[in-house]
Amino acid sequence: MDLAVVVLLQVIAAVASLVLISIGLAVIFGMMRVINLAHGEFIMLGAYAVIYATRWGVNLWVAMLVVAPIVVGLIGVVVERTVIRFLYGRMIDTMLATWGLSLLLIGAATMIFGNVTAGVSAPLGGVTIGEYQTSLYELVIVAIVTAVVLALMAVLRFTQAGLIARATMQNPAMAASLGIDTSKVYAVTFGAGAALSGLAGALISPLSGVVPTMGVAYVAKAFITVISGGAAIITGTLSASTLLGSLNTLATFVATPVIGEVTLLFAAIVLLRILPQGITGKFFRRAL
Amino acid sequence: MLEAKALRSGYGRIPILMGIDLAVRQGEFIGVFGHNGMGKTTLMRTLAGHLRATGGSVTFGGEDITTALPHRRARLGLGFVPQGREIFGGLSVRENLRMGAIGLNDAEQRIDRVLEDFPRLKPILDRAGGVLSGGEQQILAVARCLCAEPKLVLLDEPTEGIQPSIVDEIGETLLRLRTSRGLTVILVEQSLEFIRKLSDRVLVIQKGTFIREVAAEGVAALADEFVGIDAA
Repeated sequence: MDLAVVVLLQVIAAVASLVLISIGLAVIFGMMRVINLAHGEFIMLGAYAVIYATRWGVNLWVAMLVVAPIVVGLIGVVVERTVIRFLYGRMIDTMLATWGLSLLLIGAATMIFGNVTAGVSAPLGGVTIGEYQTSLYELVIVAIVTAVVLALMAVLRFTQAGLIARATMQNPAMAASLGIDTSKVYAVTFGAGAALSGLAGALISPLSGVVPTMGVAYVAKAFITVISGGAAIITGTLSASTLLGSLNTLATFVATPVIGEVTLLFAAIVLLRILPQGITGKFFRRAL
Repeated sequence: MLEAKALRSGYGRIPILMGIDLAVRQGEFIGVFGHNGMGKTTLMRTLAGHLRATGGSVTFGGEDITTALPHRRARLGLGFVPQGREIFGGLSVRENLRMGAIGLNDAEQRIDRVLEDFPRLKPILDRAGGVLSGGEQQILAVARCLCAEPKLVLLDEPTEGIQPSIVDEIGETLLRLRTSRGLTVILVEQSLEFIRKLSDRVLVIQKGTFIREVAAEGVAALADEFVGIDAA
């Protein structure tokens, strides 16, 4: 029984972590059709933002939940204004440009921060369930991810900014003819996606080593999740994360972490073979 | 109010508009009539800012808008109801109307006022734009445009692919709004019947220029000339 609870918590934590590393990419890809290959580096910058903020005496939680998203969000806006906005509608060019940006950021980070592993220690310790122990911090991440997803849905569904974002995503030319400065919408959306990636990096930083190349480890999984999710940003990311995260954790539990990763990738391949438009290409089509 | 001088435009290196001269006065309802491929929609898209003018100039309310972006033109009071209606399919009817009034104060009152003029939309406010019939979408597109209370409306082929009863309804509503709201409209149409009922004067476009201007009464004569295009 205790084991079942622990495994369930592991599954939930794995799902939450997939949502976390994918949601920023989902916003940028889903709303703007921009394939941001520098997504992993936005995560990396979020992690470094936490390292430096805490070194300068900022409270860890403030650094993770406030400083990192703002810093990376601003970087995102700058990137959109200087690079991405010239490339809308040119998917291959955007991929090349963001790939270049990814290499540039890794190089710059290595130069500035050094090619050493930095880290902050995980806060909060563990909780005991029967004879098992699990990390309390992972459960806090689950709570934060839940809050972020609910907030994102609320913003998209109920606010004027969300309405503008959804309309612009569906038909930018018509939105422009109703007085919407779509170029501004894109800058803000890209910034928001980057901020979410920064938040992801920040929350990951206590769990993994922070190095300039850390983004590479996340970008593939994030892409697989977003593509498997399909067109609906939030529902797609949630459903794909749930499916892939559960399979990954369960396979890890019965076999090894390597088999877990293989299962995740295999499941994604099968899924995309059956549903080329992703999960929300077929189900929940009207969802956000 | 709106003035185009020797306006040229096209797609890529293919010229479509060969020098359009047009002056619209406040409160006027102007029809633009022409065959397919003569540049009607190109004219509308150029005036709305979606196509770059390759020559000539456009002024609106005294301001030169030849190079202005679409959203800038919209904010100056230039409303656009495009061909194909371009409803936001994933947004509800109410949200589509909200987009029409976006950024304006008293948006809700504006929407209520528009709904009084388009009662057909009232029972379907929460339905998604994408599931409406073509006629309902066309009504919504016009209503959405009017939410911003534009000074001038560019109306591109509102009767295209719409069932006749709704065409009549749209025509009657526009006629009513002309007087009640003092609408100024440029209407592009292939249906002479529809254009005749609404317009003060009709400009005939051919190969990217206006070849003729006729007063509303003269439109019947046009019909004889363009037999076969619009038997109605």
